[in-house]
Amino acid sequence: MKTISILLILLLAGCTTTSDGPEQPGAPVEGRVSTVTADTIEGMDLPYELRDPRNILSQRSVYFDYDSFEVKREYQPVVMAHAKFLVANRHFKILIQGNTDERGSREYNLALGQKRADAVRKVLTVLGVHEDQIEAVSLGEEKPKNEGHDEIAWAENRRGDILYNGEF
Amino acid sequence: MRRFFLYRARGLIGLAVCCVALFVLPARAELVIDIEGAGARRFPIAITDFAGDPDASRLLVSVIRGDLERTGIFELIYASGVSMDESATPRYADWKFRGVDALAAGSVNPAGDGRRETRFRLYDINKGTALAGSAFITSSMPMLRLAGHRIADAIHEKLLGVPGTFSTRVAFVVKNGSKSYELHVADADGQNEQVALRSKEPIISPAWSPDGTRLAYVSFESRKPVVYVHSLASGKRSAVANFKGSNSAPAWSPDGTKLAVVLSKEGGSQIFTINADGSGARRVSAANSINTEPFFSPDGQFLYFTSDRGGSPQIYRTNVNGGETRRVTFQGSYNVSPRISPDGKNLAFITRGEGGFRLAIMGLEDGQVRILTDSGKDESPSFSPNGRMILIATEIRGRGVLSAVSVDGGVRQRLSISAADVREPAWGPFNR
Repeated sequence: MKTISILLILLLAGCTTTSDGPEQPGAPVEGRVSTVTADTIEGMDLPYELRDPRNILSQRSVYFDYDSFEVKREYQPVVMAHAKFLVANRHFKILIQGNTDERGSREYNLALGQKRADAVRKVLTVLGVHEDQIEAVSLGEEKPKNEGHDEIAWAENRRGDILYNGEF
Repeated sequence: MRRFFLYRARGLIGLAVCCVALFVLPARAELVIDIEGAGARRFPIAITDFAGDPDASRLLVSVIRGDLERTGIFELIYASGVSMDESATPRYADWKFRGVDALAAGSVNPAGDGRRETRFRLYDINKGTALAGSAFITSSMPMLRLAGHRIADAIHEKLLGVPGTFSTRVAFVVKNGSKSYELHVADADGQNEQVALRSKEPIISPAWSPDGTRLAYVSFESRKPVVYVHSLASGKRSAVANFKGSNSAPAWSPDGTKLAVVLSKEGGSQIFTINADGSGARRVSAANSINTEPFFSPDGQFLYFTSDRGGSPQIYRTNVNGGETRRVTFQGSYNVSPRISPDGKNLAFITRGEGGFRLAIMGLEDGQVRILTDSGKDESPSFSPNGRMILIATEIRGRGVLSAVSVDGGVRQRLSISAADVREPAWGPFNR
């Protein structure tokens, strides 16, 4: 039996098999990982009418029923007020963030949240807001307003939020 | 149930440098692996202590023994205190008497410049022959650990006919409160854990490039989902899908040249392919419904994905270059997160039943579905590169943990970090 042949020489990165072999730089196959920190964006001040708690424009959230993607009648005044503001202020842009409850696949929930954001976007464009004033995105289940795990929390998290430029 | 307490390599260095501080500061998060349901008949194997440097031998042998034991397939026969190098002939009769079927022995010796040479040999005790052997040069502790994993891989392959995955890596996300998200990369045994990305905003859906050097993932750091490709060694990252709307669900083509992603730029969630540098976006899905979670078949010809076109989320398959789309799952009203086994024969997915969301596997030829877990919040499956295990995220007592489940459902390993949520696992490819 050839015992020599079963003694395979395997190379790990950055090493040589014998002392007289060529020195190689340490390629990172051993798994060295560099750490990166992601920067997030800080907000700016908005006009008072968007922040005044007595003004309907301070309301930014549209809540949805379970497995539903329709803007309910009770939230139509809010969406209409924002449409009116955006038509009158064409230099303002908004980000609509769709959200879901925590149940199920994260990526599928991202798609469901997108349907909610798109629903709000469609109402706004029908009311005359330009497409280039709106970006509809989804946060899926990733940013729950209520971190609980019951029906109350889930209802609060099935939501579309309107953010003005400066807030995102 | 057996329990292994594993400490981060970093923590060990810290222990040596400043043991006083340890009494003052809270202990570092501890990675714990729990194992359940080992096979009824396990393969009896002995790993002797290796000859040469005793400290290096202790580390190396503990890595090899730990790897093999955690599979639930091997029964480790006690062989501590027996030191044997790879050139000695084992006393076959003695080991046979102790019920050992296979024996591994070896040595770790200095090779100059702080490097070490590790050699090992595997013996068939019943036949009285050598089965395999190899040698490694290492220059650091992580590399010595990797040599141990490679030896365990070789033993696994020689004895079971399937390569081991001990030298592979896993990626996962650690959430610590609502403002701390970290993308971690660790060895398959949970050791050598390193942080690739820290963010105040969520990170989801990491996916390994086929060469194991990059991760694609979705980051919410700009208040919306954007797909990044991140080179692990350099930390260089770039947004490869940052179109208007949402960008998500990256999946690599098997040749590593393309990614399938989900974009909402044309309204709704639609599957596109892009080049790995972000150029050349081309729409694949046509239906005006949700189309998401794309995953390439191993031959690169097909994309499996989740769609609600039939009224409930189900898994479908389409040709990457367009053409006929066919439905793959039919049982139940919620089947999502398709992943194809490396041999292309099985589909792992998450199904919702009465007990909640569970990992299931389906034979693509016979359509037989088996539920592999009894948990209620399973998510994000990924196959080990040898196809024997499926890594998922699940929840225990309200906390996110990872679980590796054998495809026959028999063995489970659980990986958790105290006081943090662990989620979104992705099992990396074989090392080359």
